[in-house]
Amino acid sequence: MRTVFRTWSMAATVLLLLLFLGVLAAPTAVRAQQRGGAAARSARDAAPIDLTGYWVSYVTENWRYRMVTPAKGEYRRIPSSPAALPLINAWDPAADERAGNQCKSYGAGAIMSVPGRLHITWQDADTLRIETDAGTQTRLFHFSQSASAAASQASSGPRSWQGESTATWERATGGDGGGGGGSLRVVTSNLRAGYLRKNGVPYSERATVTEHFDVAPLPDGGRLLLVTTIVEDPVYLIGPYVVSPHFKKEADGSKWDPTPCSSTW
Amino acid sequence: MLIHLVARRAAVALLFAVLAASKASAQFDFVGSWAPLATEDIQNDSLPVDYLGLALTDEARTRALSYDESQKSMIERQCAGWGAAYMVLGPFGLRVTSQTDPVTNRVVSFTIGAWEDWNEMIIWMDGRPRPSEHALHTHAGFTVGRWEGGALAARTTHVKAGFIRKTGVPLTDQATIDWRFFRHGDLLTVLMVATDPVYLVEPEIVSKSFRLSRTTLDYRAECVPAYEGHEPGDSIPHFAPDQNPFIDEFMKLYHLPREAVLGYRETLYPEYRKKIKDTYVPPPPCTESCGAAGNFVLRRQ
Repeated sequence: MRTVFRTWSMAATVLLLLLFLGVLAAPTAVRAQQRGGAAARSARDAAPIDLTGYWVSYVTENWRYRMVTPAKGEYRRIPSSPAALPLINAWDPAADERAGNQCKSYGAGAIMSVPGRLHITWQDADTLRIETDAGTQTRLFHFSQSASAAASQASSGPRSWQGESTATWERATGGDGGGGGGSLRVVTSNLRAGYLRKNGVPYSERATVTEHFDVAPLPDGGRLLLVTTIVEDPVYLIGPYVVSPHFKKEADGSKWDPTPCSSTW
Repeated sequence: MLIHLVARRAAVALLFAVLAASKASAQFDFVGSWAPLATEDIQNDSLPVDYLGLALTDEARTRALSYDESQKSMIERQCAGWGAAYMVLGPFGLRVTSQTDPVTNRVVSFTIGAWEDWNEMIIWMDGRPRPSEHALHTHAGFTVGRWEGGALAARTTHVKAGFIRKTGVPLTDQATIDWRFFRHGDLLTVLMVATDPVYLVEPEIVSKSFRLSRTTLDYRAECVPAYEGHEPGDSIPHFAPDQNPFIDEFMKLYHLPREAVLGYRETLYPEYRKKIKDTYVPPPPCTESCGAAGNFVLRRQ
């Protein structure tokens, strides 16, 4: 009997020691995956959350600034600088149209607040693509392995409404629910000067847009996409302009309705 | 035998340590003061009959139209405050503290400090069961939280019947509110999803961001009821829903469509924008006395 007990005791100890070593090795393996391993895994494979699919704006905030064009001169809630005021008061949508600038309010600083639908896909393993039906804009989020690569990417090429965007996953591990999760961080620069609001409240080409994409479940089983957007501009803002538009997931693209940019609506 | 015992104890201790470490990495530091950012418009000007951005049932609309803000002047209602949803609807910041178990050091609860017109909210983190559905319902309700996917997720039940907007839009005691607190650096974004089987056709979804404050914020203030024109026992100020004298005020000020101001569901989706495209006329630029809160540029050139 004692021999049997001793054998079981030895076996249990060996098992515990194996567990011990496994536990010791696990975080190292995770870290390796996040560093060296991440180099081998594409951004698509490493995605802690799934953003792909069709999403529709659910406009419960800033309704008066988003669903209709506010009166000329209204910039409430936007920390515009004194340098912005002459531009705000001089807003001329017809002149924008004539100059081919009808997409000025659809740039990266504002596009997520424009009511419409998003179609999010992977263009390739390391590039997330967001198309908008409102204004038919396309944003490309490039996942970069190094800060220097991201910096050179951000400053390359001509300025555009959507600029150059570098993306990183911000990963959460564990939690009560387990299973990790996380968030997408996107930094956009190299922008053409645009409008934060349809009525001509400006941001300059020196603006930087930082966005955090989070997802959350809805009580009816649906999914919500929350995009916390921070616009910083040393020229036309005296502080960060922060908004957080949200979107509901849709089953398919049956309501996708591309409409061109408009400087008045 | 001793070596077996030591090995076993060490393994178990290490297992607990690693599990605790992995759990902690999913959490963020919620404790502190969070200053509000006033860059989003949720309650607009708090003008009467503004239900913009809501999807109301007909019953809710009728009840809201019967609301008279003078109710808040009644001495017995002056200190009633607002319900849980006011956390993201109101103008104040958040002062978050935590309470820990003295033995295990585990967080038992977070408390979001009270404002002058909002009761403190306790988020229980110890997995305690919800009370009976017949238990006391309060303005703050009963809230249980858990860490999930890098965010703090919480659900509030047991709220007292009240309002989801200061303009008198009602919420029943059957409402539930789901919260997500996301932290990105010094920015805290609070997502609220309120559902009410009686008064909301679709959930009211509001998100609001706060910035970490280096100084301690404290919005507590004593409420001292005083005579404001209504004697105790007076009838409750109200309107017949179809005779609310303020029904056009907000609508006319900003040239807004009636169905949007009255909280119809369709007005929350992009299709509605296309529908009103050819009929909407923006208000003229303001040059003086610009709106309820000075909302326009005052032509300072």
